[in-house]
Amino acid sequence: MSKPLFKRSVIPGFGVTLGFTLAYLGLIVLIPLSAVIWKTSDLTLLQFWQTISEPRVVASLKLSFGASLIAATVNAFFGLILAWALVRYSFPGKKIVDTLVDLPFALPTAVAGIALTAIYAKNGWLGQYLEPLGIKIAFTPIGIMIALIFIGLPFVVRTVQPVLEDLDKEIEEAAASLGANRAQTVFKVVLPIILPALLTGFALAFARAVGEYGSVIFIAGNLPMVSEIAPLMIITKLEQYDYSGATSIAVVMLFLSFILLLIVNSLQAWTAKRTGREV
Amino acid sequence: MAGGISTALGAKSVRSGQKVNGATQESPWVRRLIIGTGLFYFALFLLLPLGSVFVEAFRKGLDVYLAALMDPDALSAIKLTLIVAVISVPLNLVFGVAAAWAITKFNFPGKRILITMIDLPFSVSPVIAGLIFVLVFGAQGWFGSWFLDNDVKIIFAIPGILLATIFVTFPFVARELIPLMEAQGKEEEEAAIVLGARGWQVFRFVTLPNILWGVIYGVVLCNARAMGEFGAVSVVSGHIRGETNSMPLHVEILYNEYNFAAAFAVASLLAILALLTLLIKTFVEWKAAKVNSELKEG
Repeated sequence: MSKPLFKRSVIPGFGVTLGFTLAYLGLIVLIPLSAVIWKTSDLTLLQFWQTISEPRVVASLKLSFGASLIAATVNAFFGLILAWALVRYSFPGKKIVDTLVDLPFALPTAVAGIALTAIYAKNGWLGQYLEPLGIKIAFTPIGIMIALIFIGLPFVVRTVQPVLEDLDKEIEEAAASLGANRAQTVFKVVLPIILPALLTGFALAFARAVGEYGSVIFIAGNLPMVSEIAPLMIITKLEQYDYSGATSIAVVMLFLSFILLLIVNSLQAWTAKRTGREV
Repeated sequence: MAGGISTALGAKSVRSGQKVNGATQESPWVRRLIIGTGLFYFALFLLLPLGSVFVEAFRKGLDVYLAALMDPDALSAIKLTLIVAVISVPLNLVFGVAAAWAITKFNFPGKRILITMIDLPFSVSPVIAGLIFVLVFGAQGWFGSWFLDNDVKIIFAIPGILLATIFVTFPFVARELIPLMEAQGKEEEEAAIVLGARGWQVFRFVTLPNILWGVIYGVVLCNARAMGEFGAVSVVSGHIRGETNSMPLHVEILYNEYNFAAAFAVASLLAILALLTLLIKTFVEWKAAKVNSELKEG
């Protein structure tokens, strides 16, 4: 870069706004977050390992990541279909559907949690019909997946939708005029273009699901080794005043989220490169 | 970046009338299948839970519904939620505007890292957000003993709830404004300065009118999360009835006591808040799209 590090600008307020930004960021986010690292340095590696290798903790981490993976996959598949329908077709109520897709961003998680439980519990709206068929949803890992599908629903729709909207119709016309049938055009031309956006949405839904707490705990039933998620294990440790244990689980989750964040960032760079649009 | 997708206000491309063309369009039955599948997914996972909140809330009639909302514990939960939102949203608004100003109007090293840092709270589990404040201010934490000696309560009290809420809602306004102000550039501000405007006048009369809709958008989303946050607040609140119970925590307590009608009654207020949020959001998007298309035409 040939530009000087600090270019003089005629616009005022640089010192004040940047100073305030850094101070506020430090006080609210960075210093408290560093408490986790400080607390971890208190632990011996053995203590850390003992907490992390507890069967209940291992089961909860497996459940959190496994259920999140399945939920994000379901959202990627159906989210793509819904985004396609919203961009390409018109149907009655489309505007309302488009608006309500963001509901999981706006609806408090506890509300979603009790609503889903009311639907899928043994005597619930759908539960009463599923139970005689031998399908149990509430208080099982399937219930957890349903809650995670709910909270991850907007991500794939909202990352795929703008890319699909900007897609040049001429690309598809070119494929068609070169002899591709519709299925070939969609699967070999359109899907590869929206693939990075789809993967970004998938990763965002996955990352959100791993840390989710409020919408899950009501429907999960929280049975040890069966339906206890990792964030709940942190709370359980805290309630036993086991701060080191809680921090150990938090460190594992933070580390894995950090890796996810890196993946999402490089996926977004890929999207930008492939479609030429800023993300 | 994790936790948020690009929600920058932009004009959506207008799709002109489409003619049915076998080569670039799906056959009618494929189209019906896609719309049907999409709507089924939407209805099952989204509409059904939303509807069930209101049906369950009114299951025992209007009297029970109103009684649940008029309960002193419910009223104090509503009050606490409003207090928390009234304090945390303006703080994050001031931060968001300041951060966006520094990031978009000036060049400095480490800008990308700063933007990633601002997004950090979105990629941290709410439970961990609560945990960090327990580690800092709890009885065994950094300042715990000092606070204990001086009889200052942070954790299991309102200040802890405030801090946790500010943490989880930290990025909302900033991440709305940064892309918006980036796109608008800084020529208008520079012109205003050259014409003799003072710093504050530049912001008030040049920048603010340009970003007003983005500010509203960010504030509305920030407010929805501030009022609805459950995980982080649950860790630091201590669940003291009538004192440190926010609305979402009150829903949890009522639900765990099998007082379902009351739990859903309070939940329905939060659901109405969510619907209002989406309504304002849609209106702002529509407004921004209109402004954009007018700019293009003019």
